[in-house]
Amino acid sequence: MQLSRIVRTAADILYPFILIFGLYIVIHGHLTPGGGFQGGAVIATGSVLLLVAFRYSELTGDLRKGWMKIFESGGLLLFIGTALAALLVGGVFFFNWLANTGSLFGIPVAFGPNPGEIYTAGVIPVMNLAVGIEVWGGLSLIVMYMMGDLEEGGERS
Amino acid sequence: MKRIVAAVIAIFLLGVFMLIAVQLPFGRPSYSDMDDYFLRHGQEETGANNICTAVVFDYRGFDTLGEASVLFSAVVTTGLIFRRLERGD
Repeated sequence: MQLSRIVRTAADILYPFILIFGLYIVIHGHLTPGGGFQGGAVIATGSVLLLVAFRYSELTGDLRKGWMKIFESGGLLLFIGTALAALLVGGVFFFNWLANTGSLFGIPVAFGPNPGEIYTAGVIPVMNLAVGIEVWGGLSLIVMYMMGDLEEGGERS
Repeated sequence: MKRIVAAVIAIFLLGVFMLIAVQLPFGRPSYSDMDDYFLRHGQEETGANNICTAVVFDYRGFDTLGEASVLFSAVVTTGLIFRRLERGD
């Protein structure tokens, strides 16, 4: 049994918009409400939508368990690596070593309310991206494991 | 009889919890130096306009690492429980 053509087509059309919205929340985490966890959860809902509308065996490309495992572990490693890199430049663990340096993500901001600039906040956008990738991979992986159980049970296949 | 006993116990527990909840000092201390410090120095120290994100990823980054580890261990546990039910891949 598979879901109707309406559901599958709607999921196909909605998927890129959900991805874009989630990536917006992740990348603008240091300017607007949101951040890595929230944006990653939004992207994971897109993956789960595809998993519900289609069967897991029908999905190809980057929505496989192997890639999600790599995303999850890689995101966590990038997060810890960014924090550890502060030790190399003479700071402490989780020191914000990119802020106010004038290089990448290092533009100083003025005090008070201002429109915001995306290349600010030092390591915070990098960590947001890392956590976003990790949450995306983790939540999708949890659903994939449970859906795999559902398919093997013969209830949907 | 069992139902009556269960209802009495439930009402008793509800009363105890409500009594404790009412007596809790909520919102105190209303002023702390920490909030003031974050609001005054957060933007120049971290460069982030969103002070919440500045606290979560910069000042309290170690807690966020623990949060990410919790998610990681949840995924690992799920994979451990469901490992026999999948085939291939």
